[in-house]
Amino acid sequence: MSDTADTGPVLAADGTPLKRSLAKALRVQKTRALMLIAPLLIFVFISFVLPIGNMLFRSVENDIVEETLPLTIPLLAKWDASTGELPDEAVYDALARDMVVAVDAKNHTKLGTRLNYELTGMSSLFRKSGRVITKWDVDADAPFKEKFIDLHEDWGNIEIWKTIQTHSSKFTGGYFLNAIDMQKTPDGIASQPESKQILVKLFTRTLIMSLVIMMSCILLGYPVAWILANLPARQSNMLMILVLLPFWTSLLVRTSAWKVMLQQQGVINDVLVWLGLVQDDARLIMINNQFGTIVAMTHILLPFMILPMYSVMQTIQPTYLRAAKSLGATNWTAFWRVYFPQTIPGIGAGSILVFILSIGYYITPEIVGGTKGVFISNRIAYHISSSLNWGLAAALGAILLAVVMILYWAYDKIVGIDNVKLG
Amino acid sequence: MADSKNSDAFVEFVHVQKSYDGEVLVVKDLNLSLPKGEFLTMLGPSGSGKTTCLMMLAGFETATHGDIRLDGVEINNIPPHKRGIGMVFQNYALFPHMTIAENLSFPLEVRKIGKSDREEKVKRALDMVEMGSFGGRRPAQLSGGQQQRIALARALVFEPELVLMDEPLGALDKQLREKMQFEITHLAHELGITTVYVTHDQTEALTMSDRVAVFDDGRIQQIAPPDKLYEEPENSFVAQFIGENNTMLGTIKEIKNGVAVVALDHGELIDAKPVNVSEAGERTRVSIRPERVEFNKDRLQKGAHTLKAEVLEFIYMGDIFRTRLKVAGMNEFVVKTRNAPDQVRLKPGEIVDIGWLPEDCRALDA
Repeated sequence: MSDTADTGPVLAADGTPLKRSLAKALRVQKTRALMLIAPLLIFVFISFVLPIGNMLFRSVENDIVEETLPLTIPLLAKWDASTGELPDEAVYDALARDMVVAVDAKNHTKLGTRLNYELTGMSSLFRKSGRVITKWDVDADAPFKEKFIDLHEDWGNIEIWKTIQTHSSKFTGGYFLNAIDMQKTPDGIASQPESKQILVKLFTRTLIMSLVIMMSCILLGYPVAWILANLPARQSNMLMILVLLPFWTSLLVRTSAWKVMLQQQGVINDVLVWLGLVQDDARLIMINNQFGTIVAMTHILLPFMILPMYSVMQTIQPTYLRAAKSLGATNWTAFWRVYFPQTIPGIGAGSILVFILSIGYYITPEIVGGTKGVFISNRIAYHISSSLNWGLAAALGAILLAVVMILYWAYDKIVGIDNVKLG
Repeated sequence: MADSKNSDAFVEFVHVQKSYDGEVLVVKDLNLSLPKGEFLTMLGPSGSGKTTCLMMLAGFETATHGDIRLDGVEINNIPPHKRGIGMVFQNYALFPHMTIAENLSFPLEVRKIGKSDREEKVKRALDMVEMGSFGGRRPAQLSGGQQQRIALARALVFEPELVLMDEPLGALDKQLREKMQFEITHLAHELGITTVYVTHDQTEALTMSDRVAVFDDGRIQQIAPPDKLYEEPENSFVAQFIGENNTMLGTIKEIKNGVAVVALDHGELIDAKPVNVSEAGERTRVSIRPERVEFNKDRLQKGAHTLKAEVLEFIYMGDIFRTRLKVAGMNEFVVKTRNAPDQVRLKPGEIVDIGWLPEDCRALDA
């Protein structure tokens, strides 16, 4: 047809290279497609990507020290803490000038709060000093070293200076270290004191309980999904409504209902006592502990397991089972060797959904978890709204995100994400 | 009809009935027996009960009444996996998560056959269907025809004596279907296995089977070898279902010396062979194959009745000519003639005399 022996690029009818012609023709289409999704894209960017990026950034951000003490930090950087001597007059002088500015802008208390995460007492030191320093005249009242130490004896404590020096950098890994029960000290990285080690334990508990919840969802959901997929349409629609009913009920209502059911004076205990299975003075403790959290969350997340399983099971033709039986397999072998392997994509999809949802769950553990059944997300919420240590909260969140991504990646490597069918 | 007391019958249905809802019988009093090594096809329109019969034989449906025997043993209460019957399904039902070799090895594994034996048999089965190099692939990577062969190999790999096939060629294109028809028949005869084959495609039934059982309305209408079925249908359903037929309604005028004279509703008289009509005055539907109609008076018996026919349409089909005629007031009378050098090519509007040998024209129930 054409000069196929030609080695040059294929040309369009008007002589331009075919590739360029094609790209031009497709560009209009692509632009139009992009315009159509632009509103959503912008919305997602503003409401999702930006806040999350900002939050993740907070986990390493530390410019408050340098910004509040712009004159002190460069001078302090030259100070060698290992000599065991306090910084010289120049540093105190700079600190006095920085503090006057900071107190005017009321930034000194924020700095105190920040440094208090690293060394207790910092917050009050800065607050108290602020009240006095505001009366100083930085040009006339020098020298300041004595004055500072008079003002608060801690200014003569070398540890205070070491801490300021250690945490003066613009970015810090300190929050991440805190998140895994470590800390950055003037002498390097060290473990937190034992009494403050709680976060790693919480992470582990969150992971293990999420796994338990996932497993119980699989065990409870599989037969239900099977029945849904194999009943005649009318009955299965009825059953489907029952499965979906929890979706249409408020999360808080369902969780509170579990409180009613599980508490020591609750329905289940009453029934057990009435049946004589449990002594009245030895009622089971089923709430405000891990058991309560697992029961309530399994119930809440069950539909997320059933639906993907159901959609996969629906596509498995009954002839596979018949074929297996005609080939000599017993009912169990036919199920286990032929049916079950084909449902794995559904189990996988459900497991990922349930696991990822439960690992970040907050409301239910908060209500029914007591102290032993809370998740890492409850700790994050605490740091966001009570302790106001947003850096640590951000670091915990970042670690949680990383854990989920790693698990997702591992799942992809082992099972293959293409095998996941959500519907 | 089948003799249910046949002593050397391998598969036997004795007075089998089946109902799903307790109101309608899907299979009505089925009696059928087939000897070892026979290739029997169950042919019929959808809803005629043929697949239900197959499923009862396989054990996936239970008979509501009656006995099903395999090699003299009643199997009504034996679960499917203990019947040892090979089965090929309409959509092949190859296990998608297993390779071809694993699929074939499955029936051997559940029979606890040793690994080396298994590999040997799988290899032999794959070679048998000329798919020796495909063992490592997955079913989704094969074409329809290849999947079909694998499904066949899987049904045969554990050496069953009886193989059931449920419209196995339904999903293939025409050429492949014809090729597979021959392969399946050859294989079945070579291995000497008894085969029960279900289809709604009459060509398939005629080309493949030793005997064909035509099903309609839950009953076997006729069971006979293909040639007999085609040439000597026993009732109008079979005559119309198998191949093409010209049918005309009329009344028996007389039956003499095995030839019936039929007065067509349009007024003409014709000769026919009485099949399931017995006396004068009975209503009848006569049926004549398009290729058995004669234009040449010399080939007809002396004194045979002929009919005037007007040519309406001449269709050239390559190997044959198809001529549509107006006969006895009916516009759909078709004649097929072979494309031979001396064959007349009729033109629309021509008037010709047509006739036939009385034995080719069958007077059946109305």
